[in-house]
Amino acid sequence: MLKDITLGQFFPGNSPLHRMDPRFKIVLVMVYIVVLFVAKGIYAYALIAAFNALAMALSRIRVRLLLRGLRPMLFIVLFTAILNMIYVSGEHVLVSFWVITITWEGVYAAAYMVARIVLLISATLLLTYTTSPIMLTDAIERLLGPLKKIRVPVHEFAMMMTIALRFIPTLIEETDKIMSAQKARGADFESGNIFRRAKALVPLLIPLFVSAFRRADELALAMECRCYHGGEGRTRMRVLHAARIDFLALAVCAVWFGGVITLGILL
Amino acid sequence: MLKAEHLTYIYGAGTPFERRALDDISFSVQAGEIAGLIGHTGSGKSTLAQHLNALLKPLSGRVLLDGTDIWDKKDARNARFQVGLVFQYPEYQLFEETVYKDIAFGVKNKGVDEADGKRRQPTESELDISVYSAMDFVHLPRELADKSPFELSGGQKRRAAIAGVIAMMPKVLILDEPTAGLDPQGRREILGHIKAYRDATGASVVLISHSMDEVARLADSITVLSEGKTAMSGTPRAVFGRADELEALHLSVPAFTKVFRLLREMGVDIDDGCYTAEAAEAELLRVKSAVSRGAGEETC
Repeated sequence: MLKDITLGQFFPGNSPLHRMDPRFKIVLVMVYIVVLFVAKGIYAYALIAAFNALAMALSRIRVRLLLRGLRPMLFIVLFTAILNMIYVSGEHVLVSFWVITITWEGVYAAAYMVARIVLLISATLLLTYTTSPIMLTDAIERLLGPLKKIRVPVHEFAMMMTIALRFIPTLIEETDKIMSAQKARGADFESGNIFRRAKALVPLLIPLFVSAFRRADELALAMECRCYHGGEGRTRMRVLHAARIDFLALAVCAVWFGGVITLGILL
Repeated sequence: MLKAEHLTYIYGAGTPFERRALDDISFSVQAGEIAGLIGHTGSGKSTLAQHLNALLKPLSGRVLLDGTDIWDKKDARNARFQVGLVFQYPEYQLFEETVYKDIAFGVKNKGVDEADGKRRQPTESELDISVYSAMDFVHLPRELADKSPFELSGGQKRRAAIAGVIAMMPKVLILDEPTAGLDPQGRREILGHIKAYRDATGASVVLISHSMDEVARLADSITVLSEGKTAMSGTPRAVFGRADELEALHLSVPAFTKVFRLLREMGVDIDDGCYTAEAAEAELLRVKSAVSRGAGEETC
């Protein structure tokens, strides 16, 4: 059950997307998001969708897994679509009953929003699917590096993020284990109304918190034993290098995104 | 009693992390029998255990409890009260304010069967009986009942957690590495409690372990798992007799068997099928008297 959470999960692989420098990937995804919001008109969106499809194909991740990552967003997508349909007013009325009037403009706006959200999420999903959490935080630390000059504890933030990410699977596994253990003693997590279900979580949450604190304690101790004292003078085992593939990707994206923006201006 | 037929289970089916945990495994345990389940880490022992009490549903195959499929009825939860499962490091599941309440958790969930087939909550005196007798089985002093489980020592926590399952009076008790991380005395005690539970209630016990000596001492039958398949099964004597195969699976034989096999290789006429201290002692005495008698004849 809990193992079905794929949002933000990493799938190891050796595709061109996996091999790219994570710093480039993050920057490109950010530029992509800006372009997505600047883009106007159906052609521009078609171009972005094509770009998205190409990136997905390059990532060699199964389409089914990509779709599964989108599933948790289904509610938000539907919600936005319905709100847009109802509240955007216009001249070309499509249907009208009671207080609700749906116009062509509303449907158009809804389709726009849905396309935008789906394209946005699928690109960010692709980033986390093809980049291991460690690489991701490494890249963020490097990208935010200049902030160290104004005394922002970038390294500490990155370390906290790394540790948090590192322990997500561990805690999920732990949750699964405790859940099974309590089920073996007859605990029932699946039936009853919301209050009963909330109460049923107590036997799960207490052991989970106890073990999370225990782990944190042990980890802190282990880090201190190895003389960890923050980022000062720390070197890296894996240094990020930009390679040919990264500059190639940069060039492709520059041309593509430029195309999207000019399309928006021309049409 | 409890029987598993041709179980197959795959973790993470359809993702790149797909792993076949069980591959056509059959396993059974008779009433009053202690069955040992041995295997390396990742051999499927724990997965099999979770199938036996309906925590996991097999992709194919079935689990029979007293002849009926545990997934047949709508409420597979029932099977969990009949087949008690003590997880690895069970002390991490303690959560209540007092030891008493924690042990009572399973009993309350189970309820009491009425004559008309309905379930009701156990009365206070019924709870008392279940909880205190479970504490007695694992030799947990009754004064600890009102303490917080988090105040207990490691060994006491472990015993309290085992009592939490024993209190439900399961017909089959499955223990996943119940002695992991305990000192030798703690190990011996826990194993003694398990045996006492079997002797007093006639329940079946499935003991999962990778310690050969432990299983050798208690088990009536042994099943060895390797990479999700049954590698061998039979009486301890038969299984430990195939020491070479066990070693090929990176499992050792009990210490006694190892020594006796060496003695045999050195030319001593000794039965290398001994795997417990008692049997080893008897065999050594027999060999000793045979040797001294032989020596006596020579001098004559």
